[in-house]
Amino acid sequence: MATMVQAVRMALHYGEEHLGVTDVFGQDVGPPLGGVFTATQGLKTAWNSPLDERGIIGAAMGIAYAGGRPVCEIQFCDYGFNTIDLLKVAGNQRWAGAGNYDMPIVLMTPSGSGIRGSLYHSHSFESWASRLAGWKIVMPSNPLDAYGLMLSAIADPNPVMVLLPKALLRMRGDQLLPGEPANEAALKDMIDAPLGDRTRWQPRWPELGPHFVALGEASLVREGTHATVVSYGRTLPLCAQAADQLRDEDSLEIEVLDLRSIFPYDWSAISRSLEKTGRILIVNEDTEVTNFGEHLLRRVIDEHFYELVVRPRVLMGKHVPGIGLNQEYERNTVPQLPRIKDAMRELATEEA
Amino acid sequence: MRGKSGTLPGNGQARPMTKSASAQVDSHIPAPGSLGTESLPRDRCLELHRIMVRARAMEERMIKMSKSGEGYFWIGGPGEEAFNAALGLLIKKGEGPDFDFLHLHYRNSATMVAMGMPMIDGIRQMAMTATDPHSFGRNFPGHFAFKKWNVTPISSVIENQFVIAPGTAIVQKRRGGDAVTIVVGGESGSAEGDFASCLIWSTRPGNELPVLMIVMNNGWGISTPHGSQHGAKNVIDRGKPFGIPGEVVEGNDPVASWFAIKRALEYCRKERRAYMLEAKVSRLYGHSSSSGAPRSSDPDCIAMFEEKLLVQGWLSQEAIERLHAEAKAEADAAAAQAVQEEKPHKEHVERFTYAPSSVDKVYPGDYTGVPQRIDD
Repeated sequence: MATMVQAVRMALHYGEEHLGVTDVFGQDVGPPLGGVFTATQGLKTAWNSPLDERGIIGAAMGIAYAGGRPVCEIQFCDYGFNTIDLLKVAGNQRWAGAGNYDMPIVLMTPSGSGIRGSLYHSHSFESWASRLAGWKIVMPSNPLDAYGLMLSAIADPNPVMVLLPKALLRMRGDQLLPGEPANEAALKDMIDAPLGDRTRWQPRWPELGPHFVALGEASLVREGTHATVVSYGRTLPLCAQAADQLRDEDSLEIEVLDLRSIFPYDWSAISRSLEKTGRILIVNEDTEVTNFGEHLLRRVIDEHFYELVVRPRVLMGKHVPGIGLNQEYERNTVPQLPRIKDAMRELATEEA
Repeated sequence: MRGKSGTLPGNGQARPMTKSASAQVDSHIPAPGSLGTESLPRDRCLELHRIMVRARAMEERMIKMSKSGEGYFWIGGPGEEAFNAALGLLIKKGEGPDFDFLHLHYRNSATMVAMGMPMIDGIRQMAMTATDPHSFGRNFPGHFAFKKWNVTPISSVIENQFVIAPGTAIVQKRRGGDAVTIVVGGESGSAEGDFASCLIWSTRPGNELPVLMIVMNNGWGISTPHGSQHGAKNVIDRGKPFGIPGEVVEGNDPVASWFAIKRALEYCRKERRAYMLEAKVSRLYGHSSSSGAPRSSDPDCIAMFEEKLLVQGWLSQEAIERLHAEAKAEADAAAAQAVQEEKPHKEHVERFTYAPSSVDKVYPGDYTGVPQRIDD
């Protein structure tokens, strides 16, 4: 099975071949490196840019204005904070400009903790991003969704931010991409650039097929009746794992929703599940003041108050200036499996 | 030379750049007034003059609107008409990468008028009407957006157009042809990092871009004198290390501006590289209505041009007064019509947020507010 980063790379190749991608660019995106996570190796439209995040976003906007279809990368979301006003303009230009111009750009950037990244390789970005009206924000939790969300991000004529969970980029899924060879070694041989001299290397792309994950559509990862857990990105597999353990250990059937799209989010899926269980926990690793999960919590309270049987809750990262390098800091700053599992058990077993 | 040459020389014409000079790194032109060998014919001068007068009339009517309650805030381009009118006439106007792209700032109204924008379209923005083609009644005046002419949306965020401009130029360079990207900002805005970004991105070795960077130097950043914050003699000197040629032009002179812009565009079109122009201009009504928009005593490019036209015998005083009266009447009529046109409704708040999408389950069309329950 492909890793998430291989899935992203194959999605970009599919985008070049079938969806009109004209430029894949950013710092270290072109050869020889092909991205610090290797997401852009071997792509025919990939090129290196100056080390200038504002320049990267601005160039993408200009390329889109002139009819191109760019995918740009900020190497880590941690370095995207100086682009906030440009991201605002990218999101508001159509609205502010009376619909004169569409803005078909994709910004992909690794987000979140889990790679022992210290202060500036561990930030989460979705809560910041959720405030950028005019954008669409997605975050996959497995390779197939990464492929499908990336294709939709490219196909959508609006600015779409693809937040890639750093911790999951090397993780493999349990489903093949359409056209992906089943043999992992064969895939690696075809599309991973070799170490050392790459000047004569060319990828051999598999015949990939389309797979679009609709923006705004959550995925039901585990079915259950005792409680609802909503998550995405790095914490989603942990929630699924915790649900499996609680089913085996405590006979608790907990429903797990992978939101996949931060905006637009799938309010229908959340509502339906909550009506079934009356109990809801939202899990992410962004800092708690203020957190996108709190917005969902507010809507839960506003619109489902009388269906709740216990208090709704959000499990988040701590509101601290950063994540320290010593792993004791990271383990105690962002939700890990034991805390998630405890929170889920408490949610499902609290007396109504 | 009255009536004989049939052309009008520029006031502060800079030395025209030869091909060899244009290719040199250190090819900056001396300060205005050094030479005066270029001149424009009568018809072109009268065309420029009429555009300047009409743009001024439009702006002055909008200033009135900001004070009368017909609008709330005014910002615009009185004092920049000479340069901007010439710019508008020299643009390769059209839609798409085969035509010039314009990343303007909010003082470019005379450029838009020169390109053919009806006065009422500028005034509709001031009147915040639903008929405003630039912003649907949402943005401040002078914040144009017009896809048919490659005018990308103007933002109040100073200088961010300088990081967007290389993107359109990348597409134009790749495409071939002679279309270029023109980006305009103020001298004080050049303090932003985005200005430096444009220098970097426009001169990547092997990927040089046809970008004309224009700095409109009115000497002010709101209330702060430019010279109190910037030590460089000329803003365009910052292009030297990047091999970007350029010149300083007397922007209050439409003829000098015409030839400077023409040289700059010819260089960008032919060499497919960046060029810089710094236009010394006036700011005739302060920064905006926030400073009361009082008339300043700075040199007025229209009055100065009219003196030349009178001397030349191409316009009489009566004709000048008639032109001003006609422009004022046009602006008054446009304002009278605009204020009666449809205003945005509460149902319009979300409109134009999203383009329709075939891959969005929640918003297949436009934005409709935060996601709602869909019973499927």
